[in-house]
Amino acid sequence: MKQFHDTDLSGARMIVSFLEKAGVKVVFGYPGGQIMPLYDAIYEAAFTHIITRHEQAAAHAADGYARATGRVGVVLATSGPGATNLVTGLATANMDSVPLVAITGQVPTVAIGNDTFQEADIYGITIPVTKYNYLVKKAIELPQVLAEAFYLASSGRPGAILIDVPKDVQNETLIPPEVGSVRLDGYNPDPVLDEVQIASFAAILTQSRRPVAYIGGGVTISGAENELFRLVTESDIPVVSTLMAKGSFPEEHELSLGLLGMHGAKYANLAIHESDLILALGARFDDRVVGDVNHFAPGAKIVHVDIDVAEIGKRVSTHLAVVGDLKRVLTRLLTLVTPIRRPEWLRQVVALKGKYPLLISAAGDLEGIKPQSVIRAIDEATCGEAIIVTDVGQHQMWAAQFIVSRKSRRFLSSGGLGTMGYGLPAALGAQVGCPESQVVLITGDGGFQMNIQELATIRENDLPVKIVIINNGCLGMVRQWQQFFFSRRYSQTIWKFNPNFAAIAQAYGIPGHTVDDPKEVTGAIQAMLAAPGPQLLDFKVVGEENVLPMIPSGGGQTDFYDA
Amino acid sequence: MKKMISLLVHNRPGVLSHVAGLITRRGYNVESIAAGLTENATRTRISLVVSGDEWELSQVTKQLSKLIDCIEARDIKYSEAVIGEVALVNLDVEPERRPEIMTLVNTFGMRIADLDNNTLILQVVGSTHLVDMILNGLAPYRIKTIARTGLVVLPSERCEKQEHFL
Repeated sequence: MKQFHDTDLSGARMIVSFLEKAGVKVVFGYPGGQIMPLYDAIYEAAFTHIITRHEQAAAHAADGYARATGRVGVVLATSGPGATNLVTGLATANMDSVPLVAITGQVPTVAIGNDTFQEADIYGITIPVTKYNYLVKKAIELPQVLAEAFYLASSGRPGAILIDVPKDVQNETLIPPEVGSVRLDGYNPDPVLDEVQIASFAAILTQSRRPVAYIGGGVTISGAENELFRLVTESDIPVVSTLMAKGSFPEEHELSLGLLGMHGAKYANLAIHESDLILALGARFDDRVVGDVNHFAPGAKIVHVDIDVAEIGKRVSTHLAVVGDLKRVLTRLLTLVTPIRRPEWLRQVVALKGKYPLLISAAGDLEGIKPQSVIRAIDEATCGEAIIVTDVGQHQMWAAQFIVSRKSRRFLSSGGLGTMGYGLPAALGAQVGCPESQVVLITGDGGFQMNIQELATIRENDLPVKIVIINNGCLGMVRQWQQFFFSRRYSQTIWKFNPNFAAIAQAYGIPGHTVDDPKEVTGAIQAMLAAPGPQLLDFKVVGEENVLPMIPSGGGQTDFYDA
Repeated sequence: MKKMISLLVHNRPGVLSHVAGLITRRGYNVESIAAGLTENATRTRISLVVSGDEWELSQVTKQLSKLIDCIEARDIKYSEAVIGEVALVNLDVEPERRPEIMTLVNTFGMRIADLDNNTLILQVVGSTHLVDMILNGLAPYRIKTIARTGLVVLPSERCEKQEHFL
């Protein structure tokens, strides 16, 4: 076996060698002048490199890959504009706690600070949108920095890491130093559990008559799905979910109340409102979830479990905080909780479900295709087996409402940052990571055009992504807000022109069809899913449909718009 | 409300950017920030005075602790630490008025750091309150420029009962 440390290596080869040894199977990226040494080393790398058509898309693809597989996503870009194009992707991943490592080229160390061609201070620029970042000044630092970066990206609360590597550092040749296990003073990714707090948690839960589990992305990250399932089913605890937690508790289960918050079902928010105990599990009380903090679950105690101590008390004050890995906390909790049946509370919740069902608005499909019916047809045709990827906007919320997710990592969406343009590249990244899975992108005619060039990457790699455009000819979510809050003054939200998306797909070598007849929806979706390779369906849906119910920004859990 | 935080961080390039960036983007207000090397060359101690409401102040230390470069972030009470700051004051004083100044210098234990024809640079060491008071006392003279370090804070087990200032 070739010894890693007995030959001289360039910085670029050190990076490639590290990625190979770390088990990286695929990286996404886009070459350029200041990262050419690294790309030269990649020429004979053991991993695959997927070149996108835009650096932002490479970052989203690596993000989609990471969300779908649970592995660290890796993205490469050159200095200056290449690096700045990554910023949205880094912010998107970091906000949703997705493990991502970005490696960027930089102008040579002697040229830094001189406004050199294609120079940007990407280290400074990305401080606020990464978990941590590095500017590597000497090749001898690279092995340590790379090991730290992967460790930081994937441990504790995961996040995005950026490593900026000047060209001369990529070229510098030396015997790479050996790196032991990474340990960073003051960084504690797996806090020791406080037994007293967990015992209090068990006691509070036992006393509760109307508990609700409010689950977030932490369930998936920690892999606590089974423990969560046991806890809520043994103790009759209804479950409301954030966008990030979709599927980590099976939504077809009778205890599932689906999404909560701004566009959650009325019964989900009312259950929160009527509960006496909120178990916040790996969630962060985002404003889209909580609305008015002063009217959130007014009669409830709040127990907050999170690995990130800075999330405790950030938005709402809690009665009890348990800091630690959710899976470990729940495993311990299960040994302390005596299962209790709560038939009265479940009857109350079932009654709420019956009284305020989540419906597609009454007018039906008479005046055209209802966007929700397209999503429902996708749900029925995929039966929870597909990886559903969304973009951002109305279609995203309809997908959150009407796709019944049954497993973690099967609903990928930009939750925290709400990044339009995320969907198409994330879908291709997910398909690269899960080649055996059916990947279905649900996107809008707005977001799709923000990274439409990735049709080329999909075709080039023959990725069988199924693309569904919910085409309402407008920026629907903003239009909806204008309708409700700006007296229907539709400022810059209704396109005067939209291209023929099916023809664009065909020009990229991807079969594309337009559907505008409500009767053809189900058949078109079934045909698309059955067809090999990438496919695109452009559904012309009714333009003025709204995402309902809706709690206005900053509203309380009972302040619904629902008609 | 104000609070003092003593922050021990890895002495890496960019660490101040990370600290300052966090404070800006979370919307906290910094009254002063002072950084310097410690007994261990790989570590830097940063003394911060932050102002805000009770809720903001409860968050800031947790957010600072979360920085990867942060080894320890500690809220400091006056009773737990030695605290002080240094101010340099450049005064425009004609030679004949120097005796008046010297009275103040001796009374408050200041030091003359520089002396020129019409210029006098005084060094003041002490609590923020003392420095504020002296600067007020010097106001009748022509103060040309002032530089203040901001509070420097070092936790000490011995300072349990009473306030300790430099």
